[in-house]
Amino acid sequence: MRLAAHVSGIGLLGPGLEGWPQARAILVGESAYEPRPTVLPAPSLLPPAERRRSGRVVKLVLAIAEEATTSAGVEAQQLPSVFASSGADGYNCHELCESLAATVPEVSPTRFTNSVHNAPAGYWSIATRAERESTVLGAFDASFGAGLLEALAQVALERTPLLLLAYDTEYPEPLRSKRPIPDAFGVALVLTPERSASSLAHIEVALTAAAFEPFTESGTLEQLRGAIPAARSLPLLAALAQRAARAVRIEYLAPQNLEVRISPCH
Amino acid sequence: MRNAEAASVMSPLLLRASTAVSCIGRGRAETQRALAERRSGLKPCDFQSIELMTCIGEVAGLDSVRAPPALARFDCRNSRLAELALAQDGLLESVREAAGRYGPLRVGVFIGTSTSGILETEQAYRYRDPRSGALPPDLDYAGTHNSFATVEYLRRRLALAGPAAAVSGACASSAKVFASAHRLIAAGLIDAALVGGVDSLCRTTLYGFNSLQLCSRTPCRPFDRLRDGISIGEAAALALLERVPDSLDADEVLLLGVGESSDAYHMSAPQPEGRGARRAMEGALAAAGLAPEAIDYINLHGTATLSNDRAESQAVTSLFGPTTPCSSTKGATGHTLGAAGALEALICALALEEQLIPGGVHTQEVDATLTAHYLKENRRAPLGKVLSNSFGFGGMNCSLVLGRAG
Repeated sequence: MRLAAHVSGIGLLGPGLEGWPQARAILVGESAYEPRPTVLPAPSLLPPAERRRSGRVVKLVLAIAEEATTSAGVEAQQLPSVFASSGADGYNCHELCESLAATVPEVSPTRFTNSVHNAPAGYWSIATRAERESTVLGAFDASFGAGLLEALAQVALERTPLLLLAYDTEYPEPLRSKRPIPDAFGVALVLTPERSASSLAHIEVALTAAAFEPFTESGTLEQLRGAIPAARSLPLLAALAQRAARAVRIEYLAPQNLEVRISPCH
Repeated sequence: MRNAEAASVMSPLLLRASTAVSCIGRGRAETQRALAERRSGLKPCDFQSIELMTCIGEVAGLDSVRAPPALARFDCRNSRLAELALAQDGLLESVREAAGRYGPLRVGVFIGTSTSGILETEQAYRYRDPRSGALPPDLDYAGTHNSFATVEYLRRRLALAGPAAAVSGACASSAKVFASAHRLIAAGLIDAALVGGVDSLCRTTLYGFNSLQLCSRTPCRPFDRLRDGISIGEAAALALLERVPDSLDADEVLLLGVGESSDAYHMSAPQPEGRGARRAMEGALAAAGLAPEAIDYINLHGTATLSNDRAESQAVTSLFGPTTPCSSTKGATGHTLGAAGALEALICALALEEQLIPGGVHTQEVDATLTAHYLKENRRAPLGKVLSNSFGFGGMNCSLVLGRAG
């Protein structure tokens, strides 16, 4: 079976990357990349009380998911989803661990509920009434590749459009020293079995023993690629932006990487 | 592997080997004996220094389990649970044999967990540097706390090199790994997969579920009139999945169907009528190509919270009617959270092999408002196909259909 799909919508946020149109211009070299802290918009999909309480990872996920589904012109409600991330909400985890270390531990019920890795998937499904299946997985630094494989297998097997999200947010200290993810980065891809008017490219993925490619176009973007697991997607995103027919090798899980063949739709 | 609308049937997979470690026993024989004798492993919480009025299902003897020295950086309660499970029922040898047959690149690892080895970080937070606030240098985040830690431990322990992931969908995690493994096998990326769930006791879940007032003071009583919450347990349950070979013994156990859905309702409460649960069960039946009447037993999620059991009973009755025998084995094992799906799949496999339905323990009087046919006693019955439910926070639902080969 060919692990293939059309990329029919993209959402992207990261340090100095503010949505796909702006990021695309950077990735094709039309504008310069200027690293600055990731800006996460307030999640308009959530009711006001939850909007105020929502953590960075939920803000990140809702923003990229909304951008991808809107640009694909698909109903979020109809899409199964794959959420790939190295961790859960870092700040929430820190707060929980601090409370648990107290002499008399007091845990906030909301903090506990938000500690599950599938909290962003839960908020997304509730906000969009998406009742299809959702898989939440991680593979440390290989999380993007793990999500891509799971997503493409599902699209190929079930001939269903699907929303893939790969995202990571930072921990505060002291956990940050143990897992130094510098900032938030997330990419959302609407993957469809058939080509549509909004399809940007056809991609086909295979496991390979060949080495992955660093991001050669920009040293700063290569730093970003190596620093945040979800940013391992950058070589694929650059190829999509450049609308060039080519293959890229994405860093996955040693000893294997992923070769992605990209054929632009227009 | 379908949502309810899709019709095509999935190719079954063989559970080539499977085992579990929980508070009711190490390995299949001990687990089966405890179920046959209706023994519970739940006891008042005495885990570490935690003072909570609740019961736990603790796996005894983990302190003496050690990883091989080369994998010492992975050493934590979660990897010890996994290591202990590997040592049962020849599981380690079965996986190595599969890696020999297919090649290490062709064997995947998909493990469900909710908290992985976070206990290490919880403890480290009690020993921060008083001046800098830094965590102790010996805390290995990637080797213990991260959700992928136990997966990477198993890959290295078994010298596997195929695709792998930790699935973390709360209490549905290790049911959903069967779906992930199926997808990658069906797509031809791998020939076999080590799947399962490994989740260990920690402060996060004990204090967390208590903060939500979801923990019972007594050993949990699923479907009881007086049920008042869960008892948290821990477990490692592992299975080796492969395509079905040409010849099979009649008593081999197959994974016939997986169904998944999202409630899209509430972060920590089930949709009251169990609509999402019903869609997961419908999906599993559709993937197995079976009508509801074909199911001989349902291993319920049955957490013993008021809302879960009510919603699940409605979902089950609306789909199966009031006569299909059901029980929850959480009165025996506790709710093993991210390991529950795989543990209860193993319990279903044992039921199919032994032709014995494990009745729920601790339940005194079944809530008369719950219409599902809940069994309080064990029952010998011809079992051909059974279904197992797992539901989690965030509205994650997953149902598995397992059956005998012949």
